[in-house]
Amino acid sequence: MSIITKSAAELGRMMAAGELTSEELTRASLEQIEKLNPTLNVFLAYDAEHALAQARAVDARRAAGEELGPLAGIPVGVKDNYCTTDFPTTCASRMLEGWVPPYDAAVVERLRAAGMVIVGKTNLDEFAMGSSTETSAFGPSRNPWDAERVPGGSGGGSAAAVASFMVPLAVGSDTGGSIRQPGAVTGTVGVKATYGGSSRYGLVAMASSLDQPGPCARTAEDAALLQEIISGYDPRDSASLNQPVPDLVGAVQAADLAGMKVGVVKEFAGDGYDQGVLDRFNEAVELLRQAGAEIVEVSCPHFTYALPAYYLIQPAELSSNLARFDGMRYGLREGDDGTRGAEEVMNLTREKGFGREGKRRIIIGTYALSAGYYDAYYGSAQKVRHLIQQDFEKAFEQVDVLISPTTPSTAFKVGERTADPMSMYLADLCTIPSNMAGNASGSFPSGLADGLPTGLQVMAPPMEDARVYRVGGVLERALEAKWGGPLWRKMEAL
Amino acid sequence: MGLTADDVARLGALARIQLSEQECAELAPELDVILESVRRVSEVAGPDVPTATHAIPVDNVFRDDVVTPGLTQAQALAGAPDSEDGRFRVPQILGES
Repeated sequence: MSIITKSAAELGRMMAAGELTSEELTRASLEQIEKLNPTLNVFLAYDAEHALAQARAVDARRAAGEELGPLAGIPVGVKDNYCTTDFPTTCASRMLEGWVPPYDAAVVERLRAAGMVIVGKTNLDEFAMGSSTETSAFGPSRNPWDAERVPGGSGGGSAAAVASFMVPLAVGSDTGGSIRQPGAVTGTVGVKATYGGSSRYGLVAMASSLDQPGPCARTAEDAALLQEIISGYDPRDSASLNQPVPDLVGAVQAADLAGMKVGVVKEFAGDGYDQGVLDRFNEAVELLRQAGAEIVEVSCPHFTYALPAYYLIQPAELSSNLARFDGMRYGLREGDDGTRGAEEVMNLTREKGFGREGKRRIIIGTYALSAGYYDAYYGSAQKVRHLIQQDFEKAFEQVDVLISPTTPSTAFKVGERTADPMSMYLADLCTIPSNMAGNASGSFPSGLADGLPTGLQVMAPPMEDARVYRVGGVLERALEAKWGGPLWRKMEAL
Repeated sequence: MGLTADDVARLGALARIQLSEQECAELAPELDVILESVRRVSEVAGPDVPTATHAIPVDNVFRDDVVTPGLTQAQALAGAPDSEDGRFRVPQILGES
């Protein structure tokens, strides 16, 4: 394998030392995309000339003696629900096919300011609604570990892009697990920042009280570097927290977990979990113990209600957010032949522009918010949200972090779950509570079960993202010592 | 009691989606998920439980009322399906007699 298997941190050091240029690296990245994208369908859009121009600009700045950050010149993929002025932003929907936004998302601004090379836009479930990328209007992405299988979702494109060495880093967004679950099933690292830690400005809204950006990477250190870059206060996001960005890269370097109390969530095991997922999880717990952590079992009784509450809150919020796609100001307009009024054109536009899952969720959300049902449906779900937050608060009085498997199973086959929405939702069982409570939460590779990656989830209180990275970093080194190298070396497709 | 195809059509009208009869019939049984979710949620969402509207409470944030740069007219109209004289052109909104 060429240079593309190296970590972003290492590539950044090589460029700083003059051993590598961003142009060389970007060419290698583009070659890998050209080679694998026809099979994996990861990038919805990429632009070689534009990427190389960005790379050469960074190389020129470096050559001129400019002091650049650690990720300057590193190619990055951006999930296609972030607004970009230089690429279409489709949200993997016919509704926005070909739309080029008039402004950049805050996260994209920060990537550019850090000198990162935006290579292209990655595939996702339509408007991030799904757990497999199968609801993308432009076809599912494939898992590089087994192209018959999904890479998770909604951010399957970003995770697969990183797992297949197309780019060392990508940006995701996480509403119910859309960064972490794809990370787990592709053997990569995915972290959902604390809600409000990274700006949602220019991230096309799905469920506003849950949506949060975060990094996709192959190593904990790379994820930390990227999260530091995309985090920080932004007055354009009403939920943005005006607090200093924690030292995440420093946290990854922690030698051990001495003095740390790690709680295993009792409710996230048993029926419905693959034995292989549980075996890898239990082995990882033992490694954390050997690294100095005190392991205790913690009960969070309301976590099992998170999924049904999520499936009231999330469609309710998305049905409101997606109301903006009305065919009037941007995006698709259908049936405007001069004989129809605005409302009829809206009805036809939304019928044509949204896919099946989008319509389903909009209808559910409309029902949950309709007069006479609001209190019983959305209101009750918000009560459960309070109970989940309370479970976390009580747990974090006893322990520093909580851990669980990231998702109950390994990557499933394309088409396996599309007929049964509830089975699809189960993929997010363990990740949803952190969105409900807004805490920091990350998934790290824990091994393989039947040749497919499994993940371990670390959950920490809001703004304690550093704890997630400390556990992730220590776990990564312990597992790599055991495996004799990173997990991806076991990928047969390599 | 489950939702019927007529219920779905009514919700589709509220959501401004022109669902076909076939879509309404197919979606109706799938919407039972919401009824099951409500049943589960109501097991613990008693009258004494407070609601949480946000992940992390944030107080109102105020800013000075000063003009800041926004989109230009051309930028705002760049993605419009139709425009005329520097404005969005939309289908007829009010019925004509």
